[in-house]
Amino acid sequence: MSFLSLRSLTKTYGGDAQVVRGLDLDVERGEFVSLLGPSGCGKTTTLQMVAGFAVPTAGRVFLDGVDITEMRPEKRDMGLVFQGYALFPHMTVADNVGFGLEMRKLARPESAKRIDEALEMVRLGGLGKRYPSELSGGQRQRVAIARALAIRPQVLLLDEPMSNLDAKLRGEMHVELRALQRQLGITTILVTHDQVEAMTMSDRIAVMSQGKIAQLGTPFDVYDRPASGFASSFLGQTNVIAGRVTEMREHCSIVQAGPCSLRIPHTGSTEQAISGEVGVYLRPERLRLAPAGEGNLAGRVKTRLFLGNLWLYEVDSVLGKLRLTSANLGDTLPEEGENVGLIWRDEDLRAISNERAHG
Amino acid sequence: MAETSTRPGAPWSLSSPALLLFVGILLVPLLLTAVLSFNAFDGMRGIQPGYTWANYAEILGDSYYHEIFIRTGLMALGVTALCVLAGVPETLILARMRAPWRGLFLIVILGPLLISVVVRTLGWSILLGNQGTLNSALQSLGIIDEPLRFLFSMLGVVIALTHVFLPFMVIAVWSALQKLDSQVEHAGRSLGATSVTAFLRIVFPQLLPGVLSGSIIVFALAASAFATPSIIGGRRVKVVATATYDEFLNSLNWPLGAAIAVLLLLANIAVIVGCNRMLERRFKQVFSA
Repeated sequence: MSFLSLRSLTKTYGGDAQVVRGLDLDVERGEFVSLLGPSGCGKTTTLQMVAGFAVPTAGRVFLDGVDITEMRPEKRDMGLVFQGYALFPHMTVADNVGFGLEMRKLARPESAKRIDEALEMVRLGGLGKRYPSELSGGQRQRVAIARALAIRPQVLLLDEPMSNLDAKLRGEMHVELRALQRQLGITTILVTHDQVEAMTMSDRIAVMSQGKIAQLGTPFDVYDRPASGFASSFLGQTNVIAGRVTEMREHCSIVQAGPCSLRIPHTGSTEQAISGEVGVYLRPERLRLAPAGEGNLAGRVKTRLFLGNLWLYEVDSVLGKLRLTSANLGDTLPEEGENVGLIWRDEDLRAISNERAHG
Repeated sequence: MAETSTRPGAPWSLSSPALLLFVGILLVPLLLTAVLSFNAFDGMRGIQPGYTWANYAEILGDSYYHEIFIRTGLMALGVTALCVLAGVPETLILARMRAPWRGLFLIVILGPLLISVVVRTLGWSILLGNQGTLNSALQSLGIIDEPLRFLFSMLGVVIALTHVFLPFMVIAVWSALQKLDSQVEHAGRSLGATSVTAFLRIVFPQLLPGVLSGSIIVFALAASAFATPSIIGGRRVKVVATATYDEFLNSLNWPLGAAIAVLLLLANIAVIVGCNRMLERRFKQVFSA
């Protein structure tokens, strides 16, 4: 059994509202796993059941082979970082960080050493005597991390820890926290609705929807080989083209979408039989512009938006409105209203049967 | 902000109705009382104009008044302590209640404020009398043989005053509780604190400013309470407010009554300002957070 193991975990509130529905997840020692999903998908409830603040209606939680489902939160040895940091405002930074050590009845000199270590780790050395109210948002965030790490927990749980930081600081913290997690080799679970956050930090991402894991895999797999329409449209943007499978060949399927017939090669790893009505998914960055009359499809530029590093295009075609992005490399690009061609490679197309599209 | 500089008198003229009311019904009577307290009094000729410290000297030199002031202080302290002991758990329970119950119990708790003090106190005297509900119940349960003396005793006064002032404590603690981040308790638990330790070390210290400001309000109101001590305490339990009343209406020694009132006011101000100072210094971090 893996280090942290969730077995058909279920949580029901008030009789009928199932928030988490039979969730299974295995986390290896030292691994960083993100629970990613929109609000209401059950990710925070799952974290609370791991932390011990919510009791599962059914299912078990195992840590290092021990069943901890019923264990009180203070016995679990897990470090938590909360969305609002939840620092103790009446204590200094050092007392905040040292609180867990005090609860473990650590001798004072040893505890002082560990506090300094933890504060050094988050680059807050020397701020121990300050109060939380005297710190900036980013510094408070670091104190919360130091406090959770000072007890050297078996598992680190992060509950949307960056959502109160501005975008730039958030980006820096992603890199920093990931480096710290690797250096300490601490098993970590992150709950977030921010796909960039999940992708930059995680070893594996569990995309959650309606109380279940819709897809579990490395950030690359989840983004590039979405197992469901939900996973595909929640992570980044995607074009969806409705079609119908007309022919199965040895290496590819043929999907008829409007007047076009699309070749969808079978991918090795996520081999799945598709049939009947399907959605064909194509990422905007895999769709490229070509001069009018060339490419797989003809279209006309409807809107063009400048995003700094990218141009975002919306192109009308017989397959409907398609979005594509083009890197800002200084080239002359088609204007709004111009006729263009659209190119894609067959291996960039993903087809998902409609009955799985929302799974 | 340019408009304000063109008419510098605007803030004063705009707030003048409220200011006039404040000056007219609070400051002027207070000032008149203070002036009155320096007048002399003669049993035969009544109030004499003039300026004398004699009234203050009489109060400060007489152990009879010392006793009254000390009794009032102890009574106010007792009421405050009971309000803390009952009010803090009450508020915590109230905060955890669900939708219909919370509102209902909040009304029950704030109810006493909606009823006249006199009516409320008379209700208590029915409950607390020798043949009252409480004594009858205790006797029929066999807990006591003789009726307990609640009426005309300090115990009865403290019980009734606690009921009257509890809402102020609940409101003060409630507002402190609303500011509390509900996750801090979880944070404490995750760091290894039991629920009791987490409450004592993390939640309660953050409620303390609320508890202390509630205590100041309750103490000040209890120390100057009149109706309840006079109805339930009667002549036996004389406090500063009832002593003032007696001087004014029974002895007709208005200057002495005024002097007692002024001393009560000064003592109250000293306690409130002192506590406030201590509170602000001690809990600077919690307040600014």
